[in-house]
Amino acid sequence: MRELKLMKGNEAIAEAAIRAGVDGYFGYPITPQSEVMETLMAEQPWKTTGMVVLQAESEIASINMVYGGAGCGKRVMTSSSSPGMSLMQEGITYLAGAELPCVVVNVVRGGPGLGTIQPAQSDYFQTVKGGGHGDYKLITLAPASVQEMADFVEDAFDLAFKYRNPVMILSDGVIGQMMEKVELKEFKPRWTMEHIEENYPWATTGKKKDRAKNIITSVQLEASVQEAFNHKLQAKYKAVEENEVLFEEVMCDDAEYLIVAYGSSARICQKSVEIAREKGIKVGMLRPITLYPFPTQPIQKYAEKVKGMLSVEMSAGQMVEDVRLAVNGKVPVEHFGRFGGSVHSPGEVVEALEQKLIGG
Amino acid sequence: MSEINSIIKPENLIYKRTEVLSDNDLSYCPGCGHGTVHKLIAEVIEEMDIQDTTIGIAPVGCSVLAYNFLEIDWQQAAHGRAPALATAVKRLMPEKNVFSYQGDGDLAAIGTAETIHACNRGENIVMIFINNGIYGMTGGQMAPTTLPGMAASTCPAGRDVSHDGEPIKISEILAQLPGTCYVTRQSVHTAANVRKTKKALRKAFENQQANKGTSLVEVVSNCNSGWKMTPIKANEWMEENMFPYYPLGDIKSE
Amino acid sequence: MKEEIIIAGFGGQGVLSMGKILAYSGVMQDMEVSWMPAYGPEMRGGTANVTVILSEDRISSPILHEYDTAIILNQQSMDKFENDVKPGGTLIYDGNGITRHPERTDINIYRVDATDEAARMHAVKTFNMIVLGGYLEVKPIVKMENVVAGLKKSLPERHHHLIPMNEKAITRGGEVIKEVSLVK
Repeated sequence: MRELKLMKGNEAIAEAAIRAGVDGYFGYPITPQSEVMETLMAEQPWKTTGMVVLQAESEIASINMVYGGAGCGKRVMTSSSSPGMSLMQEGITYLAGAELPCVVVNVVRGGPGLGTIQPAQSDYFQTVKGGGHGDYKLITLAPASVQEMADFVEDAFDLAFKYRNPVMILSDGVIGQMMEKVELKEFKPRWTMEHIEENYPWATTGKKKDRAKNIITSVQLEASVQEAFNHKLQAKYKAVEENEVLFEEVMCDDAEYLIVAYGSSARICQKSVEIAREKGIKVGMLRPITLYPFPTQPIQKYAEKVKGMLSVEMSAGQMVEDVRLAVNGKVPVEHFGRFGGSVHSPGEVVEALEQKLIGG
Repeated sequence: MSEINSIIKPENLIYKRTEVLSDNDLSYCPGCGHGTVHKLIAEVIEEMDIQDTTIGIAPVGCSVLAYNFLEIDWQQAAHGRAPALATAVKRLMPEKNVFSYQGDGDLAAIGTAETIHACNRGENIVMIFINNGIYGMTGGQMAPTTLPGMAASTCPAGRDVSHDGEPIKISEILAQLPGTCYVTRQSVHTAANVRKTKKALRKAFENQQANKGTSLVEVVSNCNSGWKMTPIKANEWMEENMFPYYPLGDIKSE
Repeated sequence: MKEEIIIAGFGGQGVLSMGKILAYSGVMQDMEVSWMPAYGPEMRGGTANVTVILSEDRISSPILHEYDTAIILNQQSMDKFENDVKPGGTLIYDGNGITRHPERTDINIYRVDATDEAARMHAVKTFNMIVLGGYLEVKPIVKMENVVAGLKKSLPERHHHLIPMNEKAITRGGEVIKEVSLVK
């Protein structure tokens, strides 16, 4: 039986993780995402599904515990918010370098520095352009509702294991803190060791006599070996880009202008589209659901149809760069957004649309 | 030749290299203690018959490639984070045997937080700690355990404690935590010490199987390259200078 | 049907939980709902507010710049939100501590003196339920049975014995709310 609940985005992540049969969660408290671990600790899944939940001594330890668990072929995750996510960047590049599947949730708040605890979308660059060192990519899902917070947990694990790559759920304080109706999925059992050993033969589950030892590592002392490994990674990313792009279109059919927005900003902009349409402005919205891989081609197509695009994000202008790359100069692309913890209202977006694109 | 072949018979075998050690040539400098400790771990794993259930966590440092030398499953950690990896591996697979293998920079400088908190939680793991008082792999820089007055490339005039602080006795600190059940300091520079270290390692793995908490085996070792000495001289210097500061023996045994 | 509400007052007045109960009542009535708090340090002793939307259709933005109804429980919130009520919309306030009463003539204004009433009932903690009762009298968008079901869902089981008292407070709120006529 599916179950209907009213819950915060952060709580939905935790509930979904238990129900998806996740093996472990390792985290460190930070606003506005502490409800993830608080919910897990209250639910005590170690008594029911056997899921391990541990409050680590830091975000650095958390992400490295995730590395350890992922190396065993276990489905493990962590969550944090922006400053904590900066601390995790080392671990994330190691996870990418060791080709380990895991799920990382960032409930973004305003920065830079300690910043504010209010919502923001200013970790886009950090997430999709590689917050850590080296040529790696983080598959990134951007939920725009509490329902998607719940659903994306399992989706993220599926992608992570399909590509042996860390997957980010890039949320923000709005989606993390707001409550909506959620349909929770049925409980799924955790994977057995036999399942892991059969399907993920790279996992360090103990060297059996009939196989060579497994080594989880990201170090290659020979440059040529490292280069070859990087080519392999790039081929993987190409497959991700070809197969995993997700996006949603809202009232785009007859659109003369296109808003591009993700996550909570897309929710706000959906209302802006309604308001603008009432005023007779033909505007549609494209919501990237995957930020990496970015929906470059769909946006490219709209560049042939619309008069201009507005990238609306709670940042000083980050995703707008990817929109501009997709559009490649064909139509004007502007940015609008409140940032540093302030959230734009639907009305402000309509004003920006009128001033920056239609009036201009 | 035929005389030799007549001697090579199973019944005449008195010593055999453990098969848990790989055929790869050790990448360590001649005279270094790492190889000896590797062999001891391999022997303990073989004798306890836990090769198929043991997962090692390699650090960053000279032993970054430790996974090349022992025929078990391994994970290689970011610098200092081995105890965090080991924590998760053990908690997710409590039936396995998990150990971290770390140097002094890894365990007692960059990874101090992970070390202390893994021990404080009493993670049911073995931590093997090679203390040679210097950063070997990066070319002889000062370590948290470099002795007062001891020269290193980042303290060429010798460690000045008024500037850099005293060397840290991390094992004594960890022994104070209720989560550790066994903290011992050994060496591998003589045959007798090698035997003691092996006993200590065996005890540490047995503690893990008995769910007793964290066992830490520190091995005070030389770094003849980093110390710029011959192996023999390095061992003499170690006895004269390292052991007074880092006395050998059990610090805690419960 | 869609109702966009801001509830604003001091932290500790039960602003967020009142919004949660209202939202849960909507869920019980098979509506789409969203509950978006202004979270953070504001919660700790300062002002607190929550945007609640109940709708028969999918909800777009959980964050709004104008509201069908503003429920205002202190002066700061009056200053902040009076002008954000849509023309023809509704403003409900508790007169306790209000030094500048609402002045708009293009909206419907109601007063529910829940602080006084809660004190009279010797049940200070039911303050927010009196306010909720007042609101539901003016805007009966959810049925009482669904409010009770919502209460059950949002209160931990150990507090379920308090539900009858809360029900009483909701009923009382409906009785004491009165329209403030500025135009008529």
